[in-house]
Amino acid sequence: MVRRSRRPNVPRKIVLFALGIALILGLHVKTAWAQDPGVTATEIKIGNTAPYSGPASAYGTILKTVAAYFRKVNDEGGINGRKINFISYDDSYSPPKTYEMTRKLVEQDHVLLDFAPLGTPPNTAIWKYMNQHQVPQLFVLTGASKWGDPKGHPWTMGWQPTYYSEASVYAHYVLDHIPHAKIGILYQNDDYGKDYLAGFEDGLAAQGRRLIVNRQSYEVTDPRIDSQIVNLKNSGANVFVNITTPKFAAMAIRKVHEIGWRPVQFLNNVSASVGAVLKPAGFEASKGVMTGIFGKDPSDPMWKDDPAMKRYYAFLQRYNPAADPKDAFNAVGYSVAQTLVYVLKRSGNNLSRANIMREAANIRDLNLPLLMSGIMINTSPTDFYPIKQLQLAKFNGQRWEPFGTVYAGAINRQALVQ
Amino acid sequence: MAALLQQIVSGLSTGGVYASLALALVLIYQATGVVNFAQGEMAMFTTYLAWTMINAGWPYWAAFAATLAIAFAAGVLIERVIIRPVENAPVLTIVMVSIGLLTIFNSIAGWIYTYTVKPFPSPFPSTPINLGPTTISLQDLGVGGVSLFVLVVMYVFFRHTTLGLAMRAVVENPVGSRLVGIRVGWMLALGWGLASLVGAVAGMLVAPLVFLEPNMMSGILIYAFASATLGGFNSAGGAVLGGFLMGVIENLVGTYVTFIGTELKLTVALAVILLTLLIKPTGLFGRVAVSRV
Amino acid sequence: MRLGLLLVAGVGYLLPAALSSYQTFEFTQVFIYAVALLGLNILIGYNGQFSLGHGAFYAIGAYTTAIMTTRWDIPYGWAIIAAGALSLVVGFLFGLPALRFEGLYLALATFALALATPQVLKYFDTWTGGSQGIVLDKPSVPLGLPISADQYLYYLSLTVLVILLLLAHNLLRGRAGRAITAIRDNPIAAEAMGVNAALYKSLTFGVSAMYTGIAGALGALAVAFVAPDTFSAFLSINFLVGSVVGGVASISGAIFGGAFIEFVPTYAQEISRAAPWAIFGLTLIIFMYVMPTGVAGLIRRVAAALARSMASEQPAPDSQTAAAEAAEGNRGSARAVLGKPD
Repeated sequence: MVRRSRRPNVPRKIVLFALGIALILGLHVKTAWAQDPGVTATEIKIGNTAPYSGPASAYGTILKTVAAYFRKVNDEGGINGRKINFISYDDSYSPPKTYEMTRKLVEQDHVLLDFAPLGTPPNTAIWKYMNQHQVPQLFVLTGASKWGDPKGHPWTMGWQPTYYSEASVYAHYVLDHIPHAKIGILYQNDDYGKDYLAGFEDGLAAQGRRLIVNRQSYEVTDPRIDSQIVNLKNSGANVFVNITTPKFAAMAIRKVHEIGWRPVQFLNNVSASVGAVLKPAGFEASKGVMTGIFGKDPSDPMWKDDPAMKRYYAFLQRYNPAADPKDAFNAVGYSVAQTLVYVLKRSGNNLSRANIMREAANIRDLNLPLLMSGIMINTSPTDFYPIKQLQLAKFNGQRWEPFGTVYAGAINRQALVQ
Repeated sequence: MAALLQQIVSGLSTGGVYASLALALVLIYQATGVVNFAQGEMAMFTTYLAWTMINAGWPYWAAFAATLAIAFAAGVLIERVIIRPVENAPVLTIVMVSIGLLTIFNSIAGWIYTYTVKPFPSPFPSTPINLGPTTISLQDLGVGGVSLFVLVVMYVFFRHTTLGLAMRAVVENPVGSRLVGIRVGWMLALGWGLASLVGAVAGMLVAPLVFLEPNMMSGILIYAFASATLGGFNSAGGAVLGGFLMGVIENLVGTYVTFIGTELKLTVALAVILLTLLIKPTGLFGRVAVSRV
Repeated sequence: MRLGLLLVAGVGYLLPAALSSYQTFEFTQVFIYAVALLGLNILIGYNGQFSLGHGAFYAIGAYTTAIMTTRWDIPYGWAIIAAGALSLVVGFLFGLPALRFEGLYLALATFALALATPQVLKYFDTWTGGSQGIVLDKPSVPLGLPISADQYLYYLSLTVLVILLLLAHNLLRGRAGRAITAIRDNPIAAEAMGVNAALYKSLTFGVSAMYTGIAGALGALAVAFVAPDTFSAFLSINFLVGSVVGGVASISGAIFGGAFIEFVPTYAQEISRAAPWAIFGLTLIIFMYVMPTGVAGLIRRVAAALARSMASEQPAPDSQTAAAEAAEGNRGSARAVLGKPD
């Protein structure tokens, strides 16, 4: 009995040993495919944080449309057979909340990547964390120029044209087309405003910088900005660069008109909404204002018969009927979601975090249906700025009218030397 | 010189905005002895109601009148339902409750109307008038004018009507007032109603200038606090004057004191509050309140 | 109190074994908020002063730590102490004029302080990094302890909390504590008894600010990022709500309040994605009506009631009745500050 029971022990040991080796080898083989968290045979888990409550909640609609777009993708069979499970938390634009919610996404929900987190301060709060944990912070929705830093932060990538690029386009236009420019600038006193300011000043270059006769700043908490506008007018400026968020943009445009100042006006793209800025400011007052755009404005009747725009309207009607299709934010959500789907499709079955970043950094001439024609998404391992081009447009009293050619904006190399 | 004048004129018109909200604050303080931190948000909310009516096609003045009526009723209701249970509690309790109201109004407005700015019509045309080297819009004049008008009405009300006198008596001496047959509770509610009404006027005057959005009043509220402190919390006239002063101070300091510039404007309000309290705690026009121990 | 503290500390020290890294972080936040609320409770609950601007002191603590550790390479331990010291001084100085104000004006001044804080932080951008903020390094685990950085932060915060709890307990029980509460209950009588009300009021404001400043320092380390947007007026209101919910006139209330601030917004988000702040405001008002002594007060009352019912069943030892009475007395004084006098 005793013997018998002992005998099979030897082969069992061998079997166990062999199994062990096989397991180790198996594990080894598995790590070669490096399956990161958040991916199964049927699902890709994607995380996000965005402001759904609080003062910045107007941006929340972008991510609601993103979620709707992923529902559409899932209804059509998903990506290579995998459905997208999109988990988006409210951070009310508060950086510590973003940090907390992002940790929840990464450590508790085990998402594959963080897609399109919104806002410069929230993204700054998780910047280091994402790069330390090597989780993609992909296509962040902010125009700060610091997101394109492949060397220092290889896991973070921007999407929209940076404030810096955009402002450099305005500067080039001033140098080329306005001979005796005396420039007055109004900017919001934070890194968003200063990024624009830097782009504009660098775009003018040393000799052009003398053209700036006055700079005024304001705080987001200021009730009114009349005093700044009066100062700008009194400085004798004939070009007004308006680097402000929507409410202040509307106030500025109206006040400029009201005090009888008639400069050439540039309005930053952040506030280029017809409904939220130019309408409250008054269409008469807004006439002639210029801005740089990269997407088709869904409220513009010019695109009434555009097939891409029609598809967009039909999509929203079906998947996010509560959203206002004329709100350009929804078009942004549509386009940014398409960019991610493009990258995921190209990644095929190799859905590792590293491979997704690799694919995201190798996009060639991708034109999405709702981008202006001629504006291409291009990235490379050294270029983490997907959209860099802008089309200038002038407000004609009813809508933005594109004019001239597509400009390529400058990239802020200096911001990356930190 | 022209620039200085323009800044002063522009400051006066902004000051009109502060003055009107300061007046509402002082009204509640005079009627009930507390400061209502939710005053600005109540004003904002009632302005949204007006906006809803105007958007539904009501003529401006009809919506204006209806909003005043609703604001008054809401003020009375809030006092009766929400403030009443803590009426005799220490001031701090009521402050806490008013802060609760502040967050509720703010976030419900954001929820219903979203945070996108909305244009609000003005009863006054925005055509500029040239006053020598400076310009001022009729709208700015209107705001200042209406604040002054409301002040005069309030002055007459509290000085020369039985109701107004009764309300003042309640604040001075609640027990005595009750003894002579004044219904103290209702007088307090009336105070809230009136303040809410004046606040609604302020909201509707301000909205065309700064655009309607849920946080429209928060920056203005702090300046209204500073105005009321500067003028004296127990002097309605002082508060209105304080409002105009704050508007001018804000602009001049922002333009001419370079190290402050426009970057520390809110801090200017804080500094005004602290300095007033240190140097003359009753404000420029307030009376010293003597309390018996 | 001692027993309760031991229990909290015991459970607290054992807890991380059962928690995921994210939960560990959540509890770290609870402890940090508890430290901040402790400061607010000392001020509001025990001294009867009011602050709507404690977010400013949280900011001072956070920025002191951020600047010292990243710009000057000073070890974070010293930075926490410096954060507390600086907050103490600033709080004391702010309290100096504050003692001249009535409650209402103090509320106004501190509210203005809360609103002005982000602006001031942006203004001194050569130090504070402006609106970009400062990214910190998480403290690394010392002595080669076999725990993660998150767990280390957890233990650090818990230890600081326990020390500060003990400190508050001893402070409030002693001579100074009696003076502090006497000023709350009857300032004129207190002054007549020889209490230097002016000095004690500013000192209390300073100590209160110190607590919140230390919390800010820990908060900066835990989140590893500071930016002006973090320290908006809503942070101060957040503290206020947490303090009221936990119970203003209690030391243990700070822990309940901390848990409330940490966990409830997440659930509030699930109840109403659009208006979580409305739920916060509503909670504040409801607590002012129904439970002005907060969760801690409720627990005390329940404990006292239990003790009484036990006493009626069988003659209880004197000490127990005395404890119940003491608890009741404490409740009464809390009501005197925030509730309707009975």
